[in-house]
Amino acid sequence: MLPELGHFALILALLLAGLQAFFGLAAPALGRDRWLAAVMPATAGQAVMVATAFACLVASFVRFDFSVAYVAQNSNSALPLIYRIAAVWGAHEGSLLLWIVLLACWTIAVAFGVSRLPPRFGARVLGVLGLVSFGFLLFTLATSNPFLRLDPAAPDGRDLNPLLQDPALALHPPLLYTGYVGFAVAFAFAIAAMLEGRLDQAWARWTRPWTLAAWAFLSIGIALGSWWAYYELGWGGYWFWDPVENASFMPWLVGTALIHSLAATEKRGLFKSWTLLLAIVAFSLSLLGTFLVRSGVLVSVHSFAADPARGVFILAFLVIMIGGALALYAWRAPLLKSNAGFEFASRESFLLFNNILLVIAAATVFGGTMAPLISDAAGLGTLSVGPQYFNPTFLLPMLPLVALVAIAVHSNWKRGRLPERKRPVIVSGLVGLAIALALVLGYYGGRPGLALVSLALGAWLVLSSLVDPVDRLRRGLSLPRAIIGMTLAHVALGVFVIAVTTVETYTAEEDIALAQGETAHVGGYDFRFEGVASIDGPNYDGVHGMVQVSRNGQPVVTLHPEKRRYLVQQSVMTEAGIATQAGRDLFVALGEDLGAGRWSLRIQIRPLINYVWLAVALMALGGFLAASDRRYRSARAPATEPGEAGQGSTA
Amino acid sequence: MNRFLLPLAAFVLLAIVLAIGIRQSNTKGIVVSPLIGRAAPEFVLPNLLDATKRFDSRVMKGRWYALNVWGTWCIECRVEHEVLVAARQEAKLPIVGLNWKDEDTEARAWLAQLGNPYEAVPVDAEGRVAIDYGVYGAPETFLIDPRGVIVYKRIGPMTPEIWQREFVQRAAGAS
Repeated sequence: MLPELGHFALILALLLAGLQAFFGLAAPALGRDRWLAAVMPATAGQAVMVATAFACLVASFVRFDFSVAYVAQNSNSALPLIYRIAAVWGAHEGSLLLWIVLLACWTIAVAFGVSRLPPRFGARVLGVLGLVSFGFLLFTLATSNPFLRLDPAAPDGRDLNPLLQDPALALHPPLLYTGYVGFAVAFAFAIAAMLEGRLDQAWARWTRPWTLAAWAFLSIGIALGSWWAYYELGWGGYWFWDPVENASFMPWLVGTALIHSLAATEKRGLFKSWTLLLAIVAFSLSLLGTFLVRSGVLVSVHSFAADPARGVFILAFLVIMIGGALALYAWRAPLLKSNAGFEFASRESFLLFNNILLVIAAATVFGGTMAPLISDAAGLGTLSVGPQYFNPTFLLPMLPLVALVAIAVHSNWKRGRLPERKRPVIVSGLVGLAIALALVLGYYGGRPGLALVSLALGAWLVLSSLVDPVDRLRRGLSLPRAIIGMTLAHVALGVFVIAVTTVETYTAEEDIALAQGETAHVGGYDFRFEGVASIDGPNYDGVHGMVQVSRNGQPVVTLHPEKRRYLVQQSVMTEAGIATQAGRDLFVALGEDLGAGRWSLRIQIRPLINYVWLAVALMALGGFLAASDRRYRSARAPATEPGEAGQGSTA
Repeated sequence: MNRFLLPLAAFVLLAIVLAIGIRQSNTKGIVVSPLIGRAAPEFVLPNLLDATKRFDSRVMKGRWYALNVWGTWCIECRVEHEVLVAARQEAKLPIVGLNWKDEDTEARAWLAQLGNPYEAVPVDAEGRVAIDYGVYGAPETFLIDPRGVIVYKRIGPMTPEIWQREFVQRAAGAS
């Protein structure tokens, strides 16, 4: 019964989304203001139906209903409750439904937010969101229905992909999708503004908090995925330039450019057409990211549900949404004129450079991700693009960007008065360089090279960003949340650069075979292998290793790397043993059983690695703070503070 | 030209590349297995359909045949089952069904209920033979030539088109 109810709710949701799109877009276009009254009920009804469908799928998982094909494929009678719930988005069909649910959450939050805006404009925003939802619902019902029955029912399920049986990965897709979907709001505002021909500064101001919140969610989602890869995949890396990672990173880069260009548009009425284009591109890349994984076009470790038939539908949807948006842009953007001028060293030109560098960075990632596909399509054979391409090409725009931010935080709108502010820039730069030199020569050791440059840049950015806020506090001035958020994000970028540089340059690593009682010496620590014992989990068995770590004869910690064999899918997973000590991670992963009590072990000492994720979390916090600034709250009803709206959509 | 048309033009190019990519992904189902072109591992296993005799893979020498790895716990196997049953009725290429990590009673009930597409059903209860064949998930189907060499491997459920194009026609074309 429940699956049928869910299926029925999805069909109703599709119809209501169609009504929401129709009334939202047609009422203002045809000037029928009475139709506007239908937009809100359709929106609310769609959200209720989507929530009902989602609840039905969750219930089918919780109740072990193996007569539902999707449940039988992704769950098992031995699967613990939390993973039965996470299994809802463990594969293609359910993750699409999750996407739709999150879109409904954002839409409801926007519906409250736009109630203070001009009614026609608000209707158009909701209409565009309805259109996006309609496309996704149609796709789900036509090609990926999660409620299909299996007759006769399966006696037991095939279990959730063991890679996904992990708390961080249970949360990773919802957060990532919240970010992806959040860019739909910026997209809807941009389309509504273009349809309306109302491209004043107001729309940038309305769009900004939503975009900041979406960007912050996307940041957390990406960081969580990276953290998971670090301790679960057992290779000790945290970023692999895998196509799917890139697919989430490209909207992030463009989204970062967007939140900066929105600032220039809001404050100074500049870059209007460019900001519109970025809003379209950020969401287009989110759509592309959602779909590249699903269509089987790009082969990657993530594509567990590749199906060309879906690919055709997806492509048609992309052509309608993105092609339509870009055509609208080509038609409307020429009408935009900027009347404001600015001097060379003003904040405007720094934001322009920031945008150029971020877009170049996104383009290099895009090029590397699409190159295999293009070479394949052109018949040039299979091409594989890895870190050898991405690492150097990505650094090229990013290092100048860090320097740019360190200078730009002292610039003013309109006027190039930077020479008057050069003292803090130069002083913080010199102090940063001194810190970097001291770290490289005195503490880490080794010859100074690129690491010195990027450490100095990172330290410079941290110090330089703090100068103004500290100065304001000393003079007893208040700090608005927007400034705190911005400062936090810029400091976090500096910390991020320092952490990544340190991890990449100063990791000590060894792959070694040890018998019980033998010791390996890595990076000043002694790792004594105490052998393995067998373990028994709810749906897996495996071995559990013990490694005593000591330094100068003093015991430090005992690490417990595991190797689990998941029974139903017969796949082997590694769980690395990790301890954080004085800013560095001691990492041991269990490799192969070499027989006679010998095991291969991967031992790594990674300094500052936790600060990589901590920095991204700080950036996200900065984004949330800026999104909840008083300026945006006063413009709308008190209940629709963007920060709260954002939190609501994860629940 | 209107410079604001450039994004649209770039997107059209991208859409064309994606369309070609989707077309080609139809043929990407062939995962190159290191076993293709090598001799199929030989095995002797209990026979599900006849408890008195063991199944020796060498009896298939001299004929083209398909080796299908299946289990009653495998959802996609159910999806492909009717394709295999239809293939047996067509009688162009015999199928051996390696029953992988399954319960004998359930496997027999499955064949009784849904029809038996297999000429023989060796029982690989512990999954040793499947490991030799590099199986990483059911269903998988191998095409084996009269010399006992693996010619082709299909991962995932069989479809009538793949069965005709990749299995029946290859076997007919070569002999």
